[in-house]
Amino acid sequence: MAAPAVELRGITKRFPGVVANRDVSLSVARGEVHAIVGENGAGKSTLMKTLYGMHRPDEGAVLVDGKEMKFRSPSDAIDAGIGMVHQHFMLADNFTVLENVVLGNEPTSGGRLDVKRARAKIAEISDAYGLGVVPDRLVEDLGVGDRQRVEILKVLYRGAKILILDEPTAVLVPQEVDELFGNLAELKSEGVTVIFISHKLDEVLRVADSVTVIRAGTTVRTVRAGEVSARDLAELMVGSELPTPETRESTVTDTVELAVRGLTLNAPDGRRILDDVSFDIHRGEVVGIAGVEGNGQAELVETLLGLREPIAGSVSLGGQDITHWSTRRRRESGIGYIPEDRHRQGLLLAASLWENRILGHQTQAPMVRGPWIDRAASRRDTERIIREYDVRTPSADVPAFALSGGNQQKLIIGREMSGSPSLLVASHPTRGVDVGAQAAIWEQLRDARAAGLAVLLISADLEELIGMSDTLHVMLRGRLVAQLDPARLTPEELGSHMTGAALRDTG
Amino acid sequence: MSTVTSTSGSGAPAAGRPGTGRRGLPARLSGRFSGTLLLVAAVLVLLSFVRVITGQEDITSSGTMGAALRLAIPIGMAGLGGLFAERAGVVNIGLEGMMILGTWFGAWGGFQFGPWWGVLAGIAGGALGGLLHAVATVTFGVDHIVSGVAINILGAGVARYLSVIAYAHTPGGGATQSPEIKRDIQTVTLPVLSGGTFFGWHSPDPLGSLERHRWFLVSDLAGILHGLTAGVSLLAVVAVLLIPASYFLLWRTALGLRLRSVGENPVSAESLGVPVYRMKYLAVIISGGLAGLGGAFLSIVGSSIYREGQTGGQGFIGLAAMIFGNWRPGGLAAGAALFGYADALQLREQSAVHALLLFTALLLALLAVRSAVRRAIRSAVFSAVAAAAFAIWFFGSDAVPPEFVSFTPHIVTLLVLSLAAQRLRMPAADGQPYRKGQQ
Amino acid sequence: MLRRGLLLLAAPLLALAVALVISSIALLLSHHSPLSTYSKMVSYGVCSKAFPDAPCTAESMVSILDRAVPYFLSALAVAIGFRMALFNIGVGGQYHMAAVLAAGLGAAVSLPAPLHVAFILAVAVVTGAMWAGIAGLLKVTRGVSEVISTIMLNFIGGGLSTYLLVTFFKAGGSDNLSGASKTLPTSAWFPSLNPLLKALGLTAGDTDLYGFAIVAIVVGIGYSILLQRTRFGFDLRASGVNPWAAQASGVAQKGMVVKTMLISGAIAGLVGMPHLLGFAHKYSNDFPAGLGFTGITVALLGRNRPIGMVLGAILIGFLERSAQVLDLNGIPKEIVVIMQGTIVLSVVVAYEVVRRAEVAAAERAVRRRLDSDDGPDAGPPPEPQASAAVPV
Repeated sequence: MAAPAVELRGITKRFPGVVANRDVSLSVARGEVHAIVGENGAGKSTLMKTLYGMHRPDEGAVLVDGKEMKFRSPSDAIDAGIGMVHQHFMLADNFTVLENVVLGNEPTSGGRLDVKRARAKIAEISDAYGLGVVPDRLVEDLGVGDRQRVEILKVLYRGAKILILDEPTAVLVPQEVDELFGNLAELKSEGVTVIFISHKLDEVLRVADSVTVIRAGTTVRTVRAGEVSARDLAELMVGSELPTPETRESTVTDTVELAVRGLTLNAPDGRRILDDVSFDIHRGEVVGIAGVEGNGQAELVETLLGLREPIAGSVSLGGQDITHWSTRRRRESGIGYIPEDRHRQGLLLAASLWENRILGHQTQAPMVRGPWIDRAASRRDTERIIREYDVRTPSADVPAFALSGGNQQKLIIGREMSGSPSLLVASHPTRGVDVGAQAAIWEQLRDARAAGLAVLLISADLEELIGMSDTLHVMLRGRLVAQLDPARLTPEELGSHMTGAALRDTG
Repeated sequence: MSTVTSTSGSGAPAAGRPGTGRRGLPARLSGRFSGTLLLVAAVLVLLSFVRVITGQEDITSSGTMGAALRLAIPIGMAGLGGLFAERAGVVNIGLEGMMILGTWFGAWGGFQFGPWWGVLAGIAGGALGGLLHAVATVTFGVDHIVSGVAINILGAGVARYLSVIAYAHTPGGGATQSPEIKRDIQTVTLPVLSGGTFFGWHSPDPLGSLERHRWFLVSDLAGILHGLTAGVSLLAVVAVLLIPASYFLLWRTALGLRLRSVGENPVSAESLGVPVYRMKYLAVIISGGLAGLGGAFLSIVGSSIYREGQTGGQGFIGLAAMIFGNWRPGGLAAGAALFGYADALQLREQSAVHALLLFTALLLALLAVRSAVRRAIRSAVFSAVAAAAFAIWFFGSDAVPPEFVSFTPHIVTLLVLSLAAQRLRMPAADGQPYRKGQQ
Repeated sequence: MLRRGLLLLAAPLLALAVALVISSIALLLSHHSPLSTYSKMVSYGVCSKAFPDAPCTAESMVSILDRAVPYFLSALAVAIGFRMALFNIGVGGQYHMAAVLAAGLGAAVSLPAPLHVAFILAVAVVTGAMWAGIAGLLKVTRGVSEVISTIMLNFIGGGLSTYLLVTFFKAGGSDNLSGASKTLPTSAWFPSLNPLLKALGLTAGDTDLYGFAIVAIVVGIGYSILLQRTRFGFDLRASGVNPWAAQASGVAQKGMVVKTMLISGAIAGLVGMPHLLGFAHKYSNDFPAGLGFTGITVALLGRNRPIGMVLGAILIGFLERSAQVLDLNGIPKEIVVIMQGTIVLSVVVAYEVVRRAEVAAAERAVRRRLDSDDGPDAGPPPEPQASAAVPV
């Protein structure tokens, strides 16, 4: 039997204070699509960076085609025929496809960049694998699916026989996912080995030949894709304690807290981003918005917070029309905000925790009195949050960057729940936090809801959406296309609504 | 300002402006090219017209053009220096300091060993400043603006100290200036057209005699060409050639592609094995060398002497010219030419500057008509009002205060930036600190 | 806390050491002994001793403080921008515009003493704020980088102030060769602090200690309170370290940019006042130049902290004053310009190195003190957003 294309033996990788990978072993056969699944933070990306030479493992061995490799940099991995397509595309927008592809590996003649030869080679590869890439287009003019194909071509151009795809479907709409899977099938038939990282189990089962599950930094098991269900994989991923986010009895009241009517938003370039969005959230109700990322959810949140100006429609909070209010006035009137990207929108990383406590509440007691900041009161209140929300930190004076992701998120949630908000806008509240913190966050959301809080929940985690929401809307290309009852809904059904398949079925 | 960039955009796949990457590329480019020609022609006719009306011969005289070229070159070299650094993602406010080093080392080398050695010394001095900037910004991740400001302060200090040491006991030298550089860099004159020597044969000077006839348009064109082709310092020729050479290096070679990739998306470049730090170092050192060359030109060709404060902020104007030119070589050359011309006219004939008010008014009026035809009413009204203002200024006064002329380049830069900022496109990762291995 | 204090001092001391080494090399290259040079500088700078057996007076000290006052004001103007990640490189243009208008308009009115000074200061503050405000407005309405616009406004302000002086404010009389503005009446003179010195038993010779030092101290305290204790200051600092988070927290970023530039310009407008009100009493073409860039140096040295900037301003003042003794000894006094340059460059590098050390130390400290059961994280934590110029 031939040596496996890639074999990892006992890989351990430590970062200061954290073991990201512990004794990971797996084996990928040549010409197969091998999926690696695990929760966010389970250590998948760290493992792939090891394989791609972006850092070196502290222990263990990497074997390619049966030979042990010591990668010092990605270039070494590339030389060994390994290529990586990153989750965040590594493309220069202001360059053409051709320039992006040949960069670092340019054909030259007499010092000049040999554009003709490059173009021919790109066309050849594009045709061989059915990628349909046009070399002279500017990358910024390309759609997401095209960009991904450019990334794949970039890797193939360097002669890769082993392709690592890091969460490739996270940014794709369903049709693009179908196209991608078509491309992968083509690659496989040409003898390319594909390592596919994901946490979307249905997709994994569609495309992979075998699946390796990673949990808490180490490999749990490798299974054949045909022999397991999504439920089996999910249990392997989270271990025995599969926390299911279920709201118990309904606490929905009759009072409408947030009413959104006909909200319409354009991008600066005139593209429509939100199209006639209308919905209500009652006190004590969690309204979930499901949808593939990039369908307008993030912009809806920013419009509700007053960070974007809609071209039509209205928003009212507790009966007051707040459509033209500033962000500050909205926050003062009781909108709490858990941002999607806490480092970008939720924290001052270099500032202390008590200063972060003030953020978003700069006009509110007890931290602020009139124009003055009350440092002592702010420290005290931060200590309260640290206690009540179990934020693991030595004190309220440490800078926010020193905390782990889960503790940062707990701090943010504690902060946003303070001062009795009337509406909480929670965008991916459990993204990138560990299982324990996730359960705690769900518990806190449930308690707040029982106390009469109205919650808008945006999430990519379908179980979370179904389990937490009282009402679910599906967002597709800027429109709310379906309203569903989470009590009688499976993730599969929700998924088909999100892709628009259900729309097509019902006409 | 889109027309300004055309000289550098012909046919390159990298002519990376939004929307040019689609089909119909050649047609678009040739359209842009003819648009530039049209604009140049219109400017020429207007200048000629204004000269005839006002009788200010210096507006298009060969003397003005020669001076404009001499004054534009330091600005252009500083701008080119800025281009290299910023294309690799490093903002270089330190150009001024590097230029100061160039003037000092240029004069010192010229005084000690001869002018061409001076040029080399000036380049080396500037490159040294570039190296410092690279160490601070690339290796230590210091903010680019902060480091640039520090280098400006340091450059001035080093030049002052070295002057005291090197020139204190030289004839005519001292703490603030060098002795005179005895030998000049030779000048060249184009044979056949401008009266240059050709294998020992003194050719006639048809452009020169045409200029003297003061014919509408013909003499103006002759004057401009004569000024640019007669008695030009060889170093100026080299400097001008560096502009297309830089274009070739940056947009047509593998090295250039790598260098620019570092300024657009360093993470991606590193993932493809491009040595990001090394590229940035190279770019910033070249940047300093070019600024140094501009400085050396100032001291060796411009005045045969180093004098403190000689650069007078031309490094900053070079930076402005680069922004004016949308981070492209052709554009920055146009910006440098414009600023050099304004300076030259002011130096030669104060009253001719007054005539430029009329020129500006007419140009704005034309723009207003063009906007009106295209139904861009707001910009038409804006241009018309500005045209009227300049016309009133022209007819209501006899001279432009010299102080106003001195800051014309700066006003123009601010105007261009505020009117065309949306159309300008700087490298995507310009000014951002980059650390190896970051994601 | 002590550790942190040491780290805080480490960077400037490191920078000073590097500057001394480089200056020593420069001195050795020109065949002068570094040690004797430095000792001459210190004895002159501290004690005004031009010769070993000369009496010790406070003259040098007064001169150093007089230099430090405008530097400190200029540094405050720069620093408040830095705290919001805005680069006001145009302090030079702002104080020149402010000084020429203050001198011109101040000479044109007659008011009783305290009001006259207040009027002149108001003119200066408003002019400086307006001139800087242009850059702020261009940034928020047209997207023009304030780095470029303030540099351009420096040149424009320089030219315009000369024009204003020549056209409107030039004093008459054939003896006015330097083209200075009319001398301000004594009601517009800011009293010196020499009586105070005398009371303390110090002799300062003919040199006046600027009374404007008091104003500078007040502005410095105001700066500190504004940034550290007020909501506005919090909004400003938050915008500096993370504009997206600040915006989501309700700080309108455009307004913040304009407000910060206005405040920065207002302080910049004061930079020329010690000289105008305390010494020259008129504006002329030889009005001190380059105070804007020195302000950047001082702000970087003091890391935007008021006490740090006071020390930085005094250090620069000391270097300039003490250099005057060097010529008497045949040593090029320009060595201090090299010192200044190397101090700036090495201090920004040193701060960056120290900052990285601090980040690593803070992370280690938290990890050590917590029995971390968070499980594996996705990798090393991200860098905090602050850059070297804008610490929180």
